Amino acid sequence: MNSTENTVPKISLKDVKKSFGAKRVLDGVTLDIAKGESVVVIGGSGTGKSVLIKSIIGILLADSGIIKVDGEDVTQVQASARESVNRKFGMLFQGAALFDSLPVWENVAFGLMQRERMSRKHAKERAIETLAKVGLSAEVGELAPSELSGGMQKRVGLARAIAGEPEIIFFDEPTTGLDPIMADVINDLIISCVKQQGITALSITHDMHSARKIADRVTMLYEGKLIWDGAAADVDRSGNPYVEQFVHGSAEGPIKMQVRR
Amino acid sequence: MNFLALIGRVVLAFLGHIGRLTLFTGTALSHCVRPPIYPRLIGRQMIDIGYYSLPVVGLTAIFSGMVLALQSYTGFARFAAGSENAVANVVVVSLTRELGPVLAGLMVAGRIGASMAAEIGTMRVTEQLDALTTLSTNPYKYLVVPRLIAGTLMLPLLVFIADIIGIFGGFVVSVYKLGFNPAAYISNTYDFMQPLDVISGLVKAGVFGFIIALMGCYSGYHSKGGAQGVGAATTNAVVSSSILILTFNYIITELFFGT
Repeated sequence: MNSTENTVPKISLKDVKKSFGAKRVLDGVTLDIAKGESVVVIGGSGTGKSVLIKSIIGILLADSGIIKVDGEDVTQVQASARESVNRKFGMLFQGAALFDSLPVWENVAFGLMQRERMSRKHAKERAIETLAKVGLSAEVGELAPSELSGGMQKRVGLARAIAGEPEIIFFDEPTTGLDPIMADVINDLIISCVKQQGITALSITHDMHSARKIADRVTMLYEGKLIWDGAAADVDRSGNPYVEQFVHGSAEGPIKMQVRR
Repeated sequence: MNFLALIGRVVLAFLGHIGRLTLFTGTALSHCVRPPIYPRLIGRQMIDIGYYSLPVVGLTAIFSGMVLALQSYTGFARFAAGSENAVANVVVVSLTRELGPVLAGLMVAGRIGASMAAEIGTMRVTEQLDALTTLSTNPYKYLVVPRLIAGTLMLPLLVFIADIIGIFGGFVVSVYKLGFNPAAYISNTYDFMQPLDVISGLVKAGVFGFIIALMGCYSGYHSKGGAQGVGAATTNAVVSSSILILTFNYIITELFFGT
């Protein structure tokens, strides 16, 4: 993607810190994401990848540091203005997080009806269009989320995330818990629905196959810091022992799993 | 030293709980008066809390009325003959002032408070609450406010119906089992019934409805840690709302009738 034409990064994190009690999860994270760029943050389980995304969206409040979206510091905005910032966001949650009290189409149309005050009839048409983009038929729209398989739930979650035509989409482990084929279907959908539409994307994953496929840029979070940052094509020759251990999925290396306790 | 630390930890946890609950209540109330409101969701909650609780509350009321008539008759028979007038009096006063709102409140706390805590708790642990936020929808407005409004409005209505059903239960036992004169029983009931008795009962019901919805939502909202956390939230909702109902029952009685 052409990231030089726009000088203001779409998302800019500067020295973001977040602790839970004595545990420091983010220890000074600095990251710029250009408009239309797809950045994937890799890292082991429990390294604070989700915390990073939730801090940007405002579900969690960072302890310190600056988080800018389109040059606007979102850590300083009031709660009412926060909702207008969130309009720019879409998110696919790890477990899809569909509202199980609503049928599938209402899940997809939720943002349209809530934030854009679209009529139910109109919103339903848009929902069915969006479901078609992720390869689901209109009949699926009438089902309850609990009637769907994990892969279909993820696709509905993706449809919900893109339905409001967001400028930025966050993916929290988009392929976790899916079989390899369905995971690749999701990867393709992310490419066709997000990258090709010029939507900025920030994903977190520990699935390297997925990371290679959807990322323009890969960065690795380890012990609260981003220890490596480079083009997706370079991830296999990073020269960084931590990244190499992670990419090759080896138990031997500088990253020691804490199995004691 | 360890023992002191334990006391300190318990006190701090308790104070933290009260602080969180106060903040939660304040936030929820402030969202009650600010748009947008969701009439559709309020309506659904009203049906859930009001209509679907009718059988449970109705059964509780009719048996309470029946047993009241029976107990007061057999109890009074020890002291004086001709206690028929007193039975109608006892039934109407105790039902409208006390048993109607308290029993209905406790039954609804078990039925509705638990389901609210479980539903919102599950939404919390499956990230559905976070999903609401990312879709620019405030969880307080979307989930908490409709429940608070519906609870506060529907409980008085339920208790009003429970009062009627309970008095009818007392009437049935008095007339068909104890052989009272039906006309005399009805006129006794009318003579003894004071508007303030009924009104105080309905005010209690409104407060109880608020407490049930508040504790259900609060427990669910702050639940964490999967199925176990949701289970704990459900228990917490029922236990804390029951205790608060009994506490506020005394406080409101004191306000209305305390001298």
